[in-house]
Amino acid sequence: MSMDLDAAVPMTGMQDAPIAATILCCNCGSPIDGTTSAGALCQDCLRLNVDVSQGIQREGTLHCCRDCERWLQPPNSWVVASPESKELLAVCLRRLRGLSKVRIIDASFIWTEPHSRRIKVKITIQQEAFQGTIIQQTFEVEYVVASQQCDDCKKSYTHNTWRASVQVRQKVPHKRTFLYLEQLILKNGAHKDTVNIKEAKDGLDFFFAQRNHAEKMVDFLCSVVPCKTKKSQELISMDIHTSTKSYKFSFSVELIPICKDDLVALPIKLARQLGNISPLSLCYRVGTSVNLLDPSTLQTSDVPTNTYWRSPFRTLADVTELKEFIILDIEPTGHSVGKFHLAEATVARASDLGSNDITYFTRTHLGGVLHVGDSVLGYHISGTMFNDENFEAIEASSQYSSTVPDVILVKKFYARKKKPKNRAWRIKRMAREYEDEALAAPQQKSRREEQEANRLEEDFEAFLRDIEEDQELRQTLDLYKARKQRVSDDAMDEDEDNESDDGVPQINMDELLDDFDELNMHDEE
Amino acid sequence: MAVRAQFENSNEVGVFARLTNSYAIVAVGASENFYSVFESELQDVIPICHATIAGTRIVGRLTVGNRKGLLVPTTTTDQELQHLRNTLPDDVKIQRIEERLSALGNVICCNDHVAIVHPDLERETEEIIADVLGVEVFRQTVADNVLTGSYMALSNQGGIVHPKTSIRDQDELSSLLQVPLVAGSVNRGSPVVGAGMVVNDWLAITGLDTTATELSVIESVFRLGEMAPGGAGGAGPNKESIVESFY
Repeated sequence: MSMDLDAAVPMTGMQDAPIAATILCCNCGSPIDGTTSAGALCQDCLRLNVDVSQGIQREGTLHCCRDCERWLQPPNSWVVASPESKELLAVCLRRLRGLSKVRIIDASFIWTEPHSRRIKVKITIQQEAFQGTIIQQTFEVEYVVASQQCDDCKKSYTHNTWRASVQVRQKVPHKRTFLYLEQLILKNGAHKDTVNIKEAKDGLDFFFAQRNHAEKMVDFLCSVVPCKTKKSQELISMDIHTSTKSYKFSFSVELIPICKDDLVALPIKLARQLGNISPLSLCYRVGTSVNLLDPSTLQTSDVPTNTYWRSPFRTLADVTELKEFIILDIEPTGHSVGKFHLAEATVARASDLGSNDITYFTRTHLGGVLHVGDSVLGYHISGTMFNDENFEAIEASSQYSSTVPDVILVKKFYARKKKPKNRAWRIKRMAREYEDEALAAPQQKSRREEQEANRLEEDFEAFLRDIEEDQELRQTLDLYKARKQRVSDDAMDEDEDNESDDGVPQINMDELLDDFDELNMHDEE
Repeated sequence: MAVRAQFENSNEVGVFARLTNSYAIVAVGASENFYSVFESELQDVIPICHATIAGTRIVGRLTVGNRKGLLVPTTTTDQELQHLRNTLPDDVKIQRIEERLSALGNVICCNDHVAIVHPDLERETEEIIADVLGVEVFRQTVADNVLTGSYMALSNQGGIVHPKTSIRDQDELSSLLQVPLVAGSVNRGSPVVGAGMVVNDWLAITGLDTTATELSVIESVFRLGEMAPGGAGGAGPNKESIVESFY
């Protein structure tokens, strides 16, 4: 019945004002188009009154581990994230409660000074405020960076967290082998997996989190030094239902206690096996086996590791017992093997000069480097009492007793300053922990510690001299250029004892490496 | 005159009251504050009835009425119906209707002359509305909402509709009702204007949250400022002539 009435209704005023205001804003009374507005609010009132970010925290706390600089992702995972990275932003956004209910349009970091321990994030969100009205809002969230030690770091600071250890031992009174080993490890990066390195009596302990890391280390050691290894394991726990067991593994690596330039007295039987070498011989090199040299015949022989351990022998005299001799006369015999040149030399003890006229005649392998008047270091056998059964056997045997020389010359002696500070090169050191026994007795510490430190310093200096003198040794190591200021500091006292260092072998600058760790620290002084 | 009130912390006063030109029905609440607002405005003018419908307090949503009559849903008990008959004036016809859409206040919006109803209302109900309330019935929607009673408040002077109603819809409704219509909100932006307020020819009661802007819109469209109390029949002849010319 109302159909015809509908047709009569005047339809004016709808085409001419398509965006005419139909309602008044309920808050401010400004006329707005009700069909498109949100609720009954104008744009400005909407912006003022509606807060879609309500319920989202504006402050948060992030936990960062100071040691490994990882960030806590609750509940208990730690993620690596560099500052202002995507990963860190994800960590930040996950910390905000209530953010899951809204749509995140954009999020970015606002720069803050790192030491302020604050991180600011600007977040843009969208949410439906009224039916069919989406509001976009931008706000800042400030995070406080709190430090919390992560589980892994906690573990690394507690005792007995290692799963495998490698105990490297060499039963000698000095540390030179370990200084050399340290350089080899540094050069080859073999220490990368270690949890901890401890200095123990006669050696080092390396600790690892996993057994295969330790096995890798043992393999490395076997490939560079003559050693004997032994593996043992200790059962920590066992689940009888699943028969899973956890063990702690210890690898004992014992190095042959014979070093370069040591004098050895071989058992006569072993000397016969080793190519009938003279049982009194000099160790001229230690690789994966011990290389021996008879200085009077230039005969060389090497003692493989397993042969050594079948009939172990000790050093007769080591480098600390070297005495200084002066060459009075030297005559090459013309026989030479490799770098060794056999010569007949007449020497006198440097300390005897001026007091008596005792001279010694000896044959030496150093014919190529020694000249009349040179100083040379050697073992004074006739003036030394040895307490060694092998040596006694040699003296007792009819075959060898007559071949024992008075003096065995070992290496040329270069007169140097006591402590040459201005070396143009340096080597890297490893950080390690000393065994606690020294710390346990603080009152006794000072004297013993001092002695220990002195001895270590002497060993280190001897090692540095070895590097300078031995080209072959140097090639296996990484040497770095010394820091610049050091040279300028010592430049003033360089001239006063300049003449004493003449003739001392120097390392060519071409052999040295730049230390890239330091280049990025300070580019200008 | 427009007054703000609250029923037990609820701003939806249209839910708890029904106001016409000849009577008012107010829900039985825990506190009499709400009733007092009606009493202070309407005492000695029209009867105010304390009532429940089907045991509930949402009398405004369940009933619909005007000067001539009152419709209650089928769920109303006999006792409640008797109470209403006793309280309301004798010339008000009270009728209980069997209707599936039992919240009559939500689906029917009327003044003394015209009713806009839900499009799905039964034909029988439509006839009862026309008979009891003495109105012409149109099936319409308000801003695409079928609940005309919720989204529209109507008196003989004017009407207010859902804020999202377009000008075209307003014009269409206004031409059916023959009263000026305006889109607006109550209770600080609430679009349910029918439930948020009650209105007759000289008085409007809105929720306490209604802003001054909203109240001024209500006063102007219902012409409450210029009408004195007791002018129930004032608009009568004028409006009746318009509707008659409509036939």
